[in-house]
Amino acid sequence: MSFTDFDIYALGNLSYLRFVGLRNYLRLLEDPLFWTSVKNTFYFVLAGGPLSVAVSLSAALLLNTKLIKFKGLFRVTYFLPVVTTLVAVAVIWRFIYHPRFGIINYVLGLIGLTPIDWLGDPAFSMPALILMAVWKNFGYNMIIFIAGLQNIPEDLYEAADIEGASAWQQFWSITIPQLAPTTLFISVITMIGYFQLFAEPYVMTQGGPLSSTLSVVLYMYQEGFRWWNIGYSTSIAFMLFLLILIGTVIQFRLQKDTE
Amino acid sequence: MKNVKKIILYTVVVLLAVITFLPFLWMISASFMHPGESSAYPPRLFPSDFTLMHYKDLFTRLNLTTYLLNSLVISLGVTFFSLFLNSMAGYAFAKYRFAGKKKIFSLLLSSMIIPGQVTMLPVFLLLKSLGLINTYWAIIIPGMASIFGIFLIRQFAMGIPDSLIEAAKIDGAGDTEVYLRIILPLCRPILLTLGIFTFMGTWNDFLWPLIVMTDSSKYTMPVALANLMGEHVQDTELMMAGSVLTILPVVLVFLALQKYYIKGIMMGSVKG
Repeated sequence: MSFTDFDIYALGNLSYLRFVGLRNYLRLLEDPLFWTSVKNTFYFVLAGGPLSVAVSLSAALLLNTKLIKFKGLFRVTYFLPVVTTLVAVAVIWRFIYHPRFGIINYVLGLIGLTPIDWLGDPAFSMPALILMAVWKNFGYNMIIFIAGLQNIPEDLYEAADIEGASAWQQFWSITIPQLAPTTLFISVITMIGYFQLFAEPYVMTQGGPLSSTLSVVLYMYQEGFRWWNIGYSTSIAFMLFLLILIGTVIQFRLQKDTE
Repeated sequence: MKNVKKIILYTVVVLLAVITFLPFLWMISASFMHPGESSAYPPRLFPSDFTLMHYKDLFTRLNLTTYLLNSLVISLGVTFFSLFLNSMAGYAFAKYRFAGKKKIFSLLLSSMIIPGQVTMLPVFLLLKSLGLINTYWAIIIPGMASIFGIFLIRQFAMGIPDSLIEAAKIDGAGDTEVYLRIILPLCRPILLTLGIFTFMGTWNDFLWPLIVMTDSSKYTMPVALANLMGEHVQDTELMMAGSVLTILPVVLVFLALQKYYIKGIMMGSVKG
Protein backbone atom coordinates (compact mmCIF):
# COMPACT_ATOMS: atom_id res chain seq x y z
CA MET A 1 0.00 0.00 0.00
CA SER A 2 2.89 2.34 0.67
CA PHE A 3 3.71 2.06 -3.04
CA THR A 4 0.33 3.47 -4.10
CA ASP A 5 -1.31 6.88 -4.07
CA PHE A 6 -4.18 5.52 -1.96
CA ASP A 7 -6.26 8.57 -0.95
CA ILE A 8 -9.83 9.62 -0.29
CA TYR A 9 -10.83 9.10 -3.93
CA ALA A 10 -9.45 5.59 -3.95
CA LEU A 11 -11.28 4.97 -0.70
CA GLY A 12 -14.54 5.61 -2.55
CA ASN A 13 -13.61 3.75 -5.70
CA LEU A 14 -10.65 1.43 -5.85
CA SER A 15 -10.13 1.98 -9.59
CA TYR A 16 -8.60 5.37 -8.80
CA LEU A 17 -5.74 3.59 -7.13
CA ARG A 18 -2.42 4.01 -8.86
CA PHE A 19 0.92 2.37 -8.35
CA VAL A 20 3.53 5.05 -7.67
CA GLY A 21 6.58 2.98 -6.86
CA LEU A 22 8.91 4.65 -4.42
CA ARG A 23 7.41 8.11 -4.86
CA ASN A 24 5.86 8.18 -1.37
CA TYR A 25 9.24 7.49 0.17
CA LEU A 26 10.98 10.09 -1.95
CA ARG A 27 8.36 12.63 -0.95
CA LEU A 28 8.87 11.61 2.66
CA LEU A 29 12.59 12.33 2.48
CA GLU A 30 11.86 15.85 1.29
CA ASP A 31 9.02 16.50 3.72
CA PRO A 32 10.25 18.89 6.44
CA LEU A 33 7.32 17.96 8.72
CA PHE A 34 8.31 14.31 8.58
CA TRP A 35 11.86 15.17 9.63
CA THR A 36 10.52 17.36 12.42
CA SER A 37 8.43 14.46 13.65
CA VAL A 38 11.45 12.14 13.51
CA LYS A 39 13.56 14.66 15.38
CA ASN A 40 10.90 15.14 18.06
CA THR A 41 10.42 11.40 18.46
CA PHE A 42 14.16 10.91 18.87
CA TYR A 43 14.21 13.71 21.44
CA PHE A 44 11.46 11.96 23.34
CA VAL A 45 13.12 8.53 23.10
CA LEU A 46 16.69 9.64 23.85
CA ALA A 47 15.86 11.97 26.73
CA GLY A 48 12.82 10.19 28.13
CA GLY A 49 14.04 6.60 27.77
CA PRO A 50 17.22 6.81 29.89
CA LEU A 51 15.49 9.08 32.41
CA SER A 52 12.66 6.60 32.77
CA VAL A 53 15.06 3.67 33.20
CA ALA A 54 17.08 5.61 35.79
CA VAL A 55 13.99 6.56 37.82
CA SER A 56 12.68 2.97 37.67
CA LEU A 57 16.01 1.58 38.84
CA SER A 58 16.24 4.09 41.70
CA ALA A 59 12.71 3.28 42.82
CA ALA A 60 13.43 -0.45 42.62
CA LEU A 61 16.62 -0.03 44.67
CA LEU A 62 14.73 2.02 47.25
CA LEU A 63 12.01 -0.57 47.63
CA ASN A 64 14.54 -3.37 47.76
CA THR A 65 16.40 -2.12 50.85
CA LYS A 66 15.68 -3.97 54.04
CA LEU A 67 15.18 -0.78 56.01
CA ILE A 68 11.86 0.09 54.41
CA LYS A 69 8.54 -1.29 55.60
CA PHE A 70 5.13 -1.16 53.89
CA LYS A 71 6.84 -2.09 50.63
CA GLY A 72 3.62 -3.46 49.18
CA LEU A 73 1.81 -0.19 49.73
CA PHE A 74 4.53 1.90 48.13
CA ARG A 75 4.80 -0.51 45.23
CA VAL A 76 1.10 -0.26 44.49
CA THR A 77 1.21 3.53 44.74
CA TYR A 78 4.14 3.78 42.34
CA PHE A 79 2.41 1.39 40.03
CA LEU A 80 -0.94 3.17 39.93
CA PRO A 81 -0.12 5.55 37.06
CA VAL A 82 0.81 2.59 34.87
CA VAL A 83 -2.66 1.08 34.88
CA THR A 84 -4.55 4.32 34.42
CA THR A 85 -5.82 5.54 31.10
CA LEU A 86 -3.29 7.66 29.25
CA VAL A 87 -5.92 10.05 27.93
CA ALA A 88 -7.24 10.78 31.43
CA VAL A 89 -3.70 11.24 32.69
CA ALA A 90 -2.99 13.67 29.87
CA VAL A 91 -6.14 15.60 30.76
CA ILE A 92 -5.04 15.88 34.38
CA TRP A 93 -1.51 16.90 33.51
CA ARG A 94 -2.73 19.58 31.15
CA PHE A 95 -4.09 21.35 34.20
CA ILE A 96 -1.07 20.56 36.33
CA TYR A 97 0.98 22.33 33.67
CA HIS A 98 -1.44 25.26 33.52
CA PRO A 99 0.68 28.43 33.27
CA ARG A 100 -1.35 30.36 35.86
CA PHE A 101 -3.15 27.88 38.09
CA GLY A 102 -1.08 24.71 37.71
CA ILE A 103 0.52 23.07 40.71
CA ILE A 104 3.97 22.85 39.10
CA ASN A 105 4.26 26.56 38.48
CA TYR A 106 2.97 27.18 41.99
CA VAL A 107 5.80 25.07 43.41
CA LEU A 108 8.27 26.84 41.12
CA GLY A 109 6.92 30.13 42.44
CA LEU A 110 7.46 29.00 46.02
CA ILE A 111 11.15 28.47 45.38
CA GLY A 112 11.37 31.80 43.62
CA LEU A 113 11.40 30.73 39.99
CA THR A 114 9.40 32.43 37.26
CA PRO A 115 6.41 30.49 35.95
CA ILE A 116 6.87 28.48 32.77
CA ASP A 117 4.33 28.15 30.00
CA TRP A 118 4.95 24.40 29.84
CA LEU A 119 2.73 23.44 26.94
CA GLY A 120 2.77 26.77 25.14
CA ASP A 121 6.50 27.30 24.82
CA PRO A 122 8.21 25.15 22.14
CA ALA A 123 11.29 24.87 24.34
CA PHE A 124 9.35 23.34 27.23
CA SER A 125 6.58 21.37 25.53
CA MET A 126 8.67 18.26 24.92
CA PRO A 127 10.27 18.24 28.39
CA ALA A 128 6.74 18.54 29.79
CA LEU A 129 5.62 15.46 27.85
CA ILE A 130 8.73 13.56 28.91
CA LEU A 131 8.17 14.38 32.57
CA MET A 132 4.62 13.13 32.38
CA ALA A 133 5.58 9.97 30.49
CA VAL A 134 8.24 9.11 33.05
CA TRP A 135 5.76 9.68 35.86
CA LYS A 136 3.29 7.37 34.16
CA ASN A 137 5.65 4.55 33.19
CA PHE A 138 8.37 4.17 35.78
CA GLY A 139 6.30 1.78 37.93
CA TYR A 140 6.20 -0.85 35.22
CA ASN A 141 9.95 -1.07 34.79
CA MET A 142 10.38 -0.80 38.53
CA ILE A 143 8.53 -4.10 39.00
CA ILE A 144 10.82 -5.81 36.48
CA PHE A 145 13.90 -4.31 38.13
CA ILE A 146 12.77 -5.53 41.56
CA ALA A 147 12.42 -9.04 40.15
CA GLY A 148 15.91 -8.72 38.67
CA LEU A 149 17.36 -7.43 41.96
CA GLN A 150 15.88 -10.32 43.87
CA ASN A 151 17.59 -12.75 41.53
CA ILE A 152 21.05 -11.47 42.45
CA PRO A 153 22.59 -13.98 44.85
CA GLU A 154 22.88 -12.55 48.37
CA ASP A 155 26.35 -14.04 48.97
CA LEU A 156 27.88 -11.72 46.35
CA TYR A 157 27.08 -8.78 48.63
CA GLU A 158 28.18 -10.66 51.72
CA ALA A 159 31.54 -11.40 50.15
CA ALA A 160 31.89 -7.74 49.14
CA ASP A 161 31.05 -6.67 52.70
CA ILE A 162 33.83 -8.86 54.04
CA GLU A 163 36.26 -7.37 51.53
CA GLY A 164 35.25 -3.95 52.77
CA ALA A 165 33.60 -2.65 49.58
CA SER A 166 31.44 0.45 50.05
CA ALA A 167 27.77 0.51 49.10
CA TRP A 168 28.65 2.61 46.06
CA GLN A 169 31.34 0.15 44.93
CA GLN A 170 28.94 -2.74 45.44
CA PHE A 171 26.36 -0.99 43.31
CA TRP A 172 28.73 -0.51 40.38
CA SER A 173 30.53 -3.84 40.50
CA ILE A 174 27.74 -6.20 41.58
CA THR A 175 24.30 -4.71 41.02
CA ILE A 176 24.83 -3.10 37.61
CA PRO A 177 26.60 -6.06 35.92
CA GLN A 178 24.20 -8.57 37.44
CA LEU A 179 21.24 -6.54 36.24
CA ALA A 180 22.59 -6.17 32.69
CA PRO A 181 20.13 -8.59 31.02
CA THR A 182 17.19 -6.99 32.84
CA THR A 183 18.39 -3.54 31.88
CA LEU A 184 18.72 -4.52 28.24
CA PHE A 185 15.19 -5.91 28.20
CA ILE A 186 13.80 -2.81 29.89
CA SER A 187 15.70 -0.45 27.61
CA VAL A 188 14.40 -2.21 24.53
CA ILE A 189 10.74 -2.29 25.55
CA THR A 190 10.89 1.28 26.84
CA MET A 191 12.43 2.44 23.60
CA ILE A 192 9.86 0.62 21.47
CA GLY A 193 7.06 2.07 23.57
CA TYR A 194 8.46 5.60 23.46
CA PHE A 195 8.90 5.48 19.69
CA GLN A 196 5.12 5.06 19.48
CA LEU A 197 4.40 8.34 21.24
CA PHE A 198 0.91 9.43 20.29
CA ALA A 199 -1.82 10.05 22.87
CA GLU A 200 0.19 12.51 24.97
CA PRO A 201 0.72 15.07 22.19
CA TYR A 202 -2.69 14.32 20.68
CA VAL A 203 -4.55 15.27 23.84
CA MET A 204 -2.21 17.85 25.32
CA THR A 205 -0.72 19.82 22.47
CA GLN A 206 -2.06 18.53 19.14
CA GLY A 207 1.58 18.40 18.06
CA GLY A 208 2.14 22.09 18.75
CA PRO A 209 3.33 24.64 19.59
CA LEU A 210 5.11 25.12 16.28
CA SER A 211 5.17 21.35 15.69
CA SER A 212 7.50 20.98 18.66
CA THR A 213 5.67 17.86 19.87
CA LEU A 214 4.64 16.37 16.53
CA SER A 215 5.61 12.69 16.79
CA VAL A 216 5.95 10.18 13.97
CA VAL A 217 2.78 8.32 14.94
CA LEU A 218 0.84 11.56 15.33
CA TYR A 219 1.99 12.64 11.87
CA MET A 220 1.01 9.25 10.49
CA TYR A 221 -2.41 9.61 12.08
CA GLN A 222 -2.92 13.11 10.72
CA GLU A 223 -1.88 12.17 7.19
CA GLY A 224 -3.82 8.91 7.18
CA PHE A 225 -6.99 9.62 9.09
CA ARG A 226 -7.42 13.35 8.90
CA TRP A 227 -6.37 13.94 5.29
CA TRP A 228 -6.89 10.36 4.10
CA ASN A 229 -3.51 10.19 2.38
CA ILE A 230 -3.45 6.51 3.16
CA GLY A 231 -0.62 5.51 0.82
CA TYR A 232 1.60 8.24 2.19
CA SER A 233 0.62 7.46 5.76
CA THR A 234 1.52 3.80 5.29
CA SER A 235 4.98 4.78 4.18
CA ILE A 236 5.37 6.81 7.40
CA ALA A 237 4.30 3.76 9.42
CA PHE A 238 6.86 1.67 7.62
CA MET A 239 9.59 4.19 8.37
CA LEU A 240 8.60 3.98 12.03
CA PHE A 241 9.09 0.24 11.88
CA LEU A 242 12.55 0.71 10.37
CA LEU A 243 13.49 3.22 13.09
CA ILE A 244 12.41 0.81 15.83
CA LEU A 245 14.23 -2.07 14.18
CA ILE A 246 17.46 -0.08 13.88
CA GLY A 247 17.13 1.13 17.47
CA THR A 248 16.69 -2.40 18.75
CA VAL A 249 19.67 -3.72 16.81
CA ILE A 250 21.84 -0.87 18.13
CA GLN A 251 20.83 -1.65 21.71
CA PHE A 252 21.72 -5.31 21.35
CA ARG A 253 25.06 -4.36 19.79
CA LEU A 254 25.88 -1.95 22.60
CA GLN A 255 25.06 -4.62 25.12
CA LYS A 256 27.37 -7.10 23.39
CA ASP A 257 30.21 -4.58 23.24
CA THR A 258 30.09 -3.86 26.94
CA GLU A 259 30.17 -7.54 27.83
CA MET B 1 23.93 6.08 61.66
CA LYS B 2 21.41 3.44 60.70
CA ASN B 3 18.57 5.62 61.93
CA VAL B 4 19.70 8.61 59.89
CA LYS B 5 19.85 6.40 56.84
CA LYS B 6 16.41 5.10 57.59
CA ILE B 7 14.95 8.59 57.89
CA ILE B 8 16.50 9.68 54.60
CA LEU B 9 15.25 6.58 52.83
CA TYR B 10 11.74 7.01 54.18
CA THR B 11 11.70 10.67 53.20
CA VAL B 12 12.61 9.80 49.62
CA VAL B 13 10.14 6.92 49.40
CA VAL B 14 7.29 8.96 50.83
CA LEU B 15 8.13 11.95 48.66
CA LEU B 16 8.06 9.77 45.56
CA ALA B 17 4.72 8.33 46.67
CA VAL B 18 3.33 11.84 47.13
CA ILE B 19 4.51 12.88 43.67
CA THR B 20 2.93 9.76 42.18
CA PHE B 21 -0.32 10.19 43.99
CA LEU B 22 -0.80 13.96 44.02
CA PRO B 23 -2.17 14.23 40.46
CA PHE B 24 -4.82 11.64 41.29
CA LEU B 25 -5.70 13.31 44.56
CA TRP B 26 -6.06 16.62 42.80
CA MET B 27 -8.18 15.04 40.07
CA ILE B 28 -10.59 13.50 42.58
CA SER B 29 -10.82 16.62 44.68
CA ALA B 30 -11.26 19.00 41.72
CA SER B 31 -14.05 16.82 40.35
CA PHE B 32 -16.12 17.75 43.42
CA MET B 33 -15.46 21.49 43.19
CA HIS B 34 -17.83 24.13 41.89
CA PRO B 35 -17.07 25.47 38.40
CA GLY B 36 -14.00 27.69 38.39
CA GLU B 37 -12.88 26.83 41.87
CA SER B 38 -9.90 24.79 40.73
CA SER B 39 -8.56 27.79 38.82
CA ALA B 40 -7.37 29.67 41.85
CA TYR B 41 -4.07 30.97 43.02
CA PRO B 42 -2.65 29.45 45.12
CA PRO B 43 -4.08 26.10 43.88
CA ARG B 44 -6.61 24.53 46.22
CA LEU B 45 -6.20 20.93 47.21
CA PHE B 46 -9.65 20.40 48.66
CA PRO B 47 -13.11 21.63 47.62
CA SER B 48 -14.61 24.27 49.90
CA ASP B 49 -18.08 23.01 49.14
CA PHE B 50 -18.63 19.46 47.98
CA THR B 51 -20.75 19.10 44.83
CA LEU B 52 -21.78 16.21 42.59
CA MET B 53 -23.02 18.46 39.79
CA HIS B 54 -20.30 17.48 37.30
CA TYR B 55 -21.01 13.80 37.67
CA LYS B 56 -24.71 14.50 37.23
CA ASP B 57 -23.90 16.59 34.18
CA LEU B 58 -21.82 13.86 32.63
CA PHE B 59 -24.50 11.23 33.03
CA THR B 60 -27.51 13.32 32.05
CA ARG B 61 -26.37 15.86 29.49
CA LEU B 62 -23.24 14.28 28.07
CA ASN B 63 -24.27 10.65 27.46
CA LEU B 64 -21.59 9.21 29.64
CA THR B 65 -23.62 6.07 30.26
CA THR B 66 -23.37 5.22 26.54
CA TYR B 67 -19.59 5.59 26.51
CA LEU B 68 -19.15 3.60 29.70
CA LEU B 69 -21.30 0.83 28.26
CA ASN B 70 -19.39 0.90 24.96
CA SER B 71 -16.09 0.59 26.78
CA LEU B 72 -17.41 -2.16 29.00
CA VAL B 73 -18.93 -4.26 26.22
CA ILE B 74 -15.86 -3.89 24.01
CA SER B 75 -13.36 -4.63 26.77
CA LEU B 76 -15.28 -7.65 28.02
CA GLY B 77 -15.84 -8.86 24.46
CA VAL B 78 -12.17 -8.64 23.56
CA THR B 79 -11.22 -10.33 26.83
CA PHE B 80 -13.66 -13.19 26.32
CA PHE B 81 -12.79 -13.93 22.69
CA SER B 82 -9.08 -13.51 23.15
CA LEU B 83 -8.97 -15.86 26.14
CA PHE B 84 -10.91 -18.42 24.16
CA LEU B 85 -8.79 -18.23 20.99
CA ASN B 86 -5.42 -17.67 22.62
CA SER B 87 -5.89 -20.57 24.99
CA MET B 88 -6.71 -22.89 22.08
CA ALA B 89 -3.77 -21.67 20.03
CA GLY B 90 -1.40 -21.70 22.99
CA TYR B 91 -2.46 -25.22 23.92
CA ALA B 92 -1.99 -26.38 20.33
CA PHE B 93 1.50 -24.89 20.17
CA ALA B 94 2.38 -26.48 23.49
CA LYS B 95 1.04 -30.01 23.08
CA TYR B 96 0.15 -30.86 19.50
CA ARG B 97 2.58 -32.02 16.88
CA PHE B 98 2.04 -30.61 13.43
CA ALA B 99 4.10 -29.73 10.38
CA GLY B 100 5.96 -26.43 10.59
CA LYS B 101 5.01 -25.82 14.23
CA LYS B 102 8.37 -24.41 15.24
CA LYS B 103 8.63 -22.26 12.13
CA ILE B 104 5.17 -20.80 12.53
CA PHE B 105 5.79 -20.07 16.18
CA SER B 106 9.10 -18.31 15.65
CA LEU B 107 7.55 -16.38 12.76
CA LEU B 108 4.82 -15.22 15.14
CA LEU B 109 7.35 -14.23 17.78
CA SER B 110 9.52 -12.28 15.38
CA SER B 111 6.48 -10.41 14.03
CA MET B 112 5.95 -9.04 17.54
CA ILE B 113 8.59 -6.42 16.87
CA ILE B 114 6.47 -4.84 14.12
CA PRO B 115 4.67 -1.91 15.71
CA GLY B 116 0.89 -2.00 15.60
CA GLN B 117 0.74 1.21 13.60
CA VAL B 118 2.15 -0.51 10.52
CA THR B 119 -0.82 -2.83 10.22
CA MET B 120 -3.35 -0.24 11.28
CA LEU B 121 -4.18 1.16 7.85
CA PRO B 122 -4.53 -2.21 6.09
CA VAL B 123 -6.69 -3.55 8.91
CA PHE B 124 -8.80 -0.40 8.81
CA LEU B 125 -9.43 -0.81 5.07
CA LEU B 126 -10.22 -4.48 5.54
CA LEU B 127 -12.77 -3.72 8.23
CA LYS B 128 -14.19 -0.94 6.11
CA SER B 129 -14.74 -3.27 3.16
CA LEU B 130 -16.51 -5.65 5.53
CA GLY B 131 -18.73 -2.79 6.69
CA LEU B 132 -17.62 -3.15 10.30
CA ILE B 133 -16.39 0.37 10.94
CA ASN B 134 -18.42 1.97 13.75
CA THR B 135 -19.40 -1.37 15.20
CA TYR B 136 -18.05 -3.07 18.31
CA TRP B 137 -16.55 -5.73 16.03
CA ALA B 138 -14.08 -3.21 14.63
CA ILE B 139 -12.28 -3.33 17.96
CA ILE B 140 -13.13 -6.85 19.04
CA ILE B 141 -12.00 -8.69 15.89
CA PRO B 142 -8.47 -7.23 15.69
CA GLY B 143 -8.09 -7.81 19.43
CA MET B 144 -9.25 -11.40 19.39
CA ALA B 145 -5.87 -13.07 19.09
CA SER B 146 -2.60 -11.71 20.36
CA ILE B 147 0.82 -13.20 19.92
CA PHE B 148 1.74 -12.23 23.45
CA GLY B 149 -1.31 -14.12 24.71
CA ILE B 150 -0.57 -17.23 22.69
CA PHE B 151 3.00 -17.13 23.93
CA LEU B 152 1.99 -16.73 27.58
CA ILE B 153 -0.45 -19.64 27.42
CA ARG B 154 1.95 -21.87 25.51
CA GLN B 155 4.64 -21.38 28.16
CA PHE B 156 2.17 -22.28 30.85
CA ALA B 157 0.55 -25.21 29.04
CA MET B 158 3.94 -26.78 28.36
CA GLY B 159 4.18 -27.36 32.09
CA ILE B 160 1.06 -29.55 32.10
CA PRO B 161 2.18 -33.20 32.20
CA ASP B 162 1.45 -35.21 29.05
CA SER B 163 0.36 -38.15 31.20
CA LEU B 164 -2.74 -36.23 32.28
CA ILE B 165 -3.83 -35.71 28.70
CA GLU B 166 -3.04 -39.30 27.73
CA ALA B 167 -4.92 -40.68 30.71
CA ALA B 168 -7.98 -38.67 29.72
CA LYS B 169 -7.72 -39.91 26.14
CA ILE B 170 -7.54 -43.52 27.32
CA ASP B 171 -10.68 -42.86 29.31
CA GLY B 172 -12.32 -41.92 26.03
CA ALA B 173 -12.15 -38.11 26.12
CA GLY B 174 -11.98 -36.35 22.74
CA ASP B 175 -9.84 -33.33 21.90
CA THR B 176 -12.62 -30.90 22.81
CA GLU B 177 -13.19 -32.59 26.14
CA VAL B 178 -9.50 -32.58 27.00
CA TYR B 179 -9.35 -28.87 26.22
CA LEU B 180 -12.49 -27.95 28.13
CA ARG B 181 -12.18 -30.25 31.13
CA ILE B 182 -8.42 -30.49 31.67
CA ILE B 183 -6.51 -27.70 29.95
CA LEU B 184 -8.80 -24.78 30.72
CA PRO B 185 -9.19 -25.49 34.46
CA LEU B 186 -5.46 -26.05 34.85
CA CYS B 187 -4.67 -22.83 33.00
CA ARG B 188 -6.90 -20.76 35.26
CA PRO B 189 -4.14 -18.62 36.84
CA ILE B 190 -2.58 -17.71 33.52
CA LEU B 191 -5.99 -17.07 31.97
CA LEU B 192 -6.74 -14.68 34.80
CA THR B 193 -3.44 -12.87 34.25
CA LEU B 194 -3.98 -12.62 30.52
CA GLY B 195 -7.58 -11.58 31.08
CA ILE B 196 -6.60 -8.60 33.24
CA PHE B 197 -3.96 -7.54 30.74
CA THR B 198 -6.40 -7.73 27.87
CA PHE B 199 -9.20 -5.97 29.71
CA MET B 200 -7.02 -3.08 30.83
CA GLY B 201 -5.22 -2.82 27.53
CA THR B 202 -8.49 -2.60 25.63
CA TRP B 203 -10.06 -0.17 28.08
CA ASN B 204 -7.08 2.15 27.96
CA ASP B 205 -6.44 1.94 24.23
CA PHE B 206 -6.90 5.21 22.45
CA LEU B 207 -5.53 5.29 18.89
CA TRP B 208 -7.45 2.33 17.48
CA PRO B 209 -10.91 3.26 18.86
CA LEU B 210 -10.25 6.81 17.72
CA ILE B 211 -9.73 5.54 14.18
CA VAL B 212 -12.54 3.03 13.84
CA MET B 213 -15.25 4.71 15.93
CA THR B 214 -16.11 7.84 13.98
CA ASP B 215 -19.72 7.97 15.14
CA SER B 216 -19.94 9.65 18.52
CA SER B 217 -22.52 7.17 19.84
CA LYS B 218 -19.85 4.45 19.55
CA TYR B 219 -17.05 6.30 21.37
CA THR B 220 -15.18 4.51 24.12
CA MET B 221 -14.37 6.34 27.35
CA PRO B 222 -10.89 7.58 26.38
CA VAL B 223 -12.09 8.80 22.98
CA ALA B 224 -15.11 10.47 24.55
CA LEU B 225 -12.89 12.12 27.13
CA ALA B 226 -10.48 13.44 24.51
CA ASN B 227 -13.45 14.74 22.55
CA LEU B 228 -14.94 16.35 25.64
CA MET B 229 -11.60 18.01 26.21
CA GLY B 230 -11.93 19.70 22.84
CA GLU B 231 -15.36 21.13 23.65
CA HIS B 232 -15.12 21.87 27.36
CA VAL B 233 -11.51 22.86 27.73
CA GLN B 234 -12.40 25.56 30.23
CA ASP B 235 -14.50 23.33 32.49
CA THR B 236 -11.64 21.92 34.51
CA GLU B 237 -13.88 20.41 37.16
CA LEU B 238 -16.06 18.66 34.61
CA MET B 239 -13.01 17.22 32.86
CA MET B 240 -11.69 15.93 36.17
CA ALA B 241 -14.98 14.16 36.88
CA GLY B 242 -14.75 12.58 33.43
CA SER B 243 -11.18 11.48 34.14
CA VAL B 244 -12.21 9.92 37.45
CA LEU B 245 -14.87 7.85 35.70
CA THR B 246 -12.47 6.80 32.93
CA ILE B 247 -9.80 5.67 35.35
CA LEU B 248 -11.95 4.16 38.08
CA PRO B 249 -12.85 0.81 36.45
CA VAL B 250 -9.28 -0.11 35.54
CA VAL B 251 -7.96 0.95 38.91
CA LEU B 252 -10.57 -1.18 40.67
CA VAL B 253 -9.74 -4.20 38.51
CA PHE B 254 -6.06 -3.66 39.17
CA LEU B 255 -6.44 -3.31 42.93
CA ALA B 256 -8.64 -6.41 43.11
CA LEU B 257 -6.36 -8.61 41.01
CA GLN B 258 -2.94 -6.97 41.33
CA LYS B 259 -1.20 -10.21 42.26
CA TYR B 260 -2.03 -11.76 38.90
CA TYR B 261 -1.19 -8.58 37.04
CA ILE B 262 2.26 -8.24 38.54
CA LYS B 263 2.92 -11.92 37.96
CA GLY B 264 2.13 -11.36 34.31
CA ILE B 265 4.72 -8.59 34.00
CA MET B 266 7.35 -10.84 35.51
CA MET B 267 6.48 -13.74 33.20
CA GLY B 268 6.55 -11.55 30.14
CA SER B 269 9.90 -10.11 31.12
CA VAL B 270 11.69 -13.23 32.24
CA LYS B 271 10.72 -15.30 29.24
CA GLY B 272 10.29 -12.59 26.67
